[in-house]
Amino acid sequence: MLIKTVFSGFGGQGIILMGYLLATGGMYEGKNVTCLPSYGAEVRGGTANCTVVISKEEIASPVASEPDYAVVMNTPAMVRFQNQVQTGGIIFINSSLIEIRPIRGDLEIIEVPLNELSKQLGGNKATNMIMLGTFIRKTGLVSLETMINVIKDTFGNRPGIFKLNKTALSIGYNYLE
Amino acid sequence: MKKVFSRPKSIKKNPFHYCPGCGHSIIHRVIGEVIDELGIQEITIGVPPAGCAVLAYFYFDVDMGEASHGRAAAVATGLKRALPDRIVFTYQGDGDIAAIGTAETIHAASRGENFTTIFVNNGVYGMTGGQMAPTTILGQNTTTSPGGRKERRDGFPIPLSEMLAVAKGSAYIERTAVNSPSNILKTKRAIEKAFRAQMRGLGFSLVEILSPCPTNWKMSPVEACHWIDEVMVKHFPLGVIKDITGEKKDVN
Amino acid sequence: MRGNHVIAEAAIRAGCRFYFGYPITPQNEIPEYMSERLSKIEGGVFIQAESEIASIHMVIGASMAGGRVMTSSSGPGISLKQEGISFLSALELPAVIVNMSRGGPGLGNIAPSQSDYFQATRGGGHGDYRTIVLAPNSCQEAGDLTYKSFDLADKYRIPVLILGDGMLGQMMEPVELPPEIPVKRLPPKEWTITGAKGRPSRFIRSLILDPFEEEEHNWKLMRKYEKISKEELLWETFSIEDAKMIVVAFGTAARIAKGAIKRVREEGLKVGLFRPISLWPFPTKILKEISRKVKHLFVFEMNMGQMVEDVKLAVDGGAEIHFYGRPGGIIPTPLEISRIISSYYYQKKLG
Repeated sequence: MLIKTVFSGFGGQGIILMGYLLATGGMYEGKNVTCLPSYGAEVRGGTANCTVVISKEEIASPVASEPDYAVVMNTPAMVRFQNQVQTGGIIFINSSLIEIRPIRGDLEIIEVPLNELSKQLGGNKATNMIMLGTFIRKTGLVSLETMINVIKDTFGNRPGIFKLNKTALSIGYNYLE
Repeated sequence: MKKVFSRPKSIKKNPFHYCPGCGHSIIHRVIGEVIDELGIQEITIGVPPAGCAVLAYFYFDVDMGEASHGRAAAVATGLKRALPDRIVFTYQGDGDIAAIGTAETIHAASRGENFTTIFVNNGVYGMTGGQMAPTTILGQNTTTSPGGRKERRDGFPIPLSEMLAVAKGSAYIERTAVNSPSNILKTKRAIEKAFRAQMRGLGFSLVEILSPCPTNWKMSPVEACHWIDEVMVKHFPLGVIKDITGEKKDVN
Repeated sequence: MRGNHVIAEAAIRAGCRFYFGYPITPQNEIPEYMSERLSKIEGGVFIQAESEIASIHMVIGASMAGGRVMTSSSGPGISLKQEGISFLSALELPAVIVNMSRGGPGLGNIAPSQSDYFQATRGGGHGDYRTIVLAPNSCQEAGDLTYKSFDLADKYRIPVLILGDGMLGQMMEPVELPPEIPVKRLPPKEWTITGAKGRPSRFIRSLILDPFEEEEHNWKLMRKYEKISKEELLWETFSIEDAKMIVVAFGTAARIAKGAIKRVREEGLKVGLFRPISLWPFPTKILKEISRKVKHLFVFEMNMGQMVEDVKLAVDGGAEIHFYGRPGGIIPTPLEISRIISSYYYQKKLG
């Protein structure tokens, strides 16, 4: 098992955090992980992306040639990564922001209306966490319990933020029911 | 018979290599006397420069660590931060401190680094053969300012000590000279005051010393001493430039 | 943990109490982490210096005083530090210097690149000298090698360079950190400048005007370098037993190469990996031995071809050498490299 995921979107959408949390979840479940973010000026306002590899064996390259999954949060991300995902892979699309759709027929497409879903949280909040919830539900890459633990360890000292993120995660998780 | 004059303990028994009439040997001796009188030979660390005084470690009988050209303030920062209870001094010429090492010096003063700098100002690059220095005064002839330094061509000399006095982290700054016995005594008192400021942890201290360089000034030693009085001090006035030590001012 | 944080934490655990630096991407996490950590340790000193030049000379001062000391930077900043690195070498002072290199020359960019290989392995500044250069390829190794580099620096009184790149610095991987060494338990140094209390005064200098004395100083350094070249070699091999072709790559490029090799192995190509970890000393002898059996070496670097010269020197005509490089901060994918490898493999009729 060697699963490569690319997260991509605007800087500020919490792209790197999604990758970090997923990688940490993989680590909590005893797997090898790498998390390779874009950095520097690129992450401020421009397009940010983050590659996460989760594997039972040693991970050779943290760079993904053909990711299994792509999570695209804006249109440029979609344009950039739709052709890189391997056959049979899944693209998770932020359908509130992205109007176009991949023309490839060999991929599964999961559309998540993040803005609409985040209304339950009282506005455009924690959309990255909603997406992450949907992502782990669909892929089963890490369990919901693990991810809640990760969020707890990451935001535990800020109870308000922890609660918000946890709620957002379950909204996304339950969206696929 | 009572011995009334001898070599300071902090100066080694090596004959100085400096030119006749050069101020370095006097300044070395004066520093040695101050180190002896303050009883700090065993805890003093010197940082010699690149320049005529590069071999200062052959003369000072204290621990010495060589710095590259202009970097003495940075090396001294590393030493003093690692060994805060030692007395650290740098010994630098005008080219070293006011040209290539300007940034290191100003920032060390600004951080209030607690060491002492002895700044020997003779207005030329001595070791390399008398080229124009940042402190060469207007009109002064050097091998790279033929016909005398001109502001349009060569820019103005840099009043480094005055600039350093503006820095919030500097504690004591004085300009002296070693061209006469009374000036030498004043220099000694200034150095002692600077070391004491360091011992009290007050921050950056510096003594700028106008020093004769007869060889590169193309003068006799006596002429060079007169030239300091007659010309150089007009551009670099002697006296205390900054003093936050609260110690009593010298009467003379 | 992020690579840059791992390096900083490993340094602290190795007893590093002095850090002097200047901001430059992609290594800023190191000074940020050090400023936080050192401010909470008694005797810890962190200074954000006015320049790279000042910071490396502060390193010299703290090293003269006997401390374990580190600085870090990236390409353009390392160029500025070269003056101090030459002095550290001449003065025989231990120090650890991290270069999270980036695309160059000039300002270049902040993307990962291996374009500083020559600068790192040839000394980099003026004069006849070498520094130990270690090139980790994972966060774990970044920590382990940083930790080790402080011991090497003290053992040989030599600056040690950690050569990484933006990818290593920014990448996050789980890491097991080494235990913390109490500074008091570090071996004493007999040459430091600490004030001449109860002993004759000492000086540390690099100016040696007499050419005969300077020559002897150079020979002394040379003898030290020869000892290091024999005793401090580090490398890794992967799948070389049956290999008909071996990829030679270091650092980040070796990670990508390994991914590529796994791909071509699935297609039945007999390809292995040789990864120098110590870039200086370069593992020349072992590579020479390998070239007796394997006649095709494929050198892959994220530059225009620098380590390939050391590979050629090592095998000395004993094998055919092919080079593929991507300069400028491009990170090739394992897929791209696997295609180049297989095309070369079939051209040479190895499969």
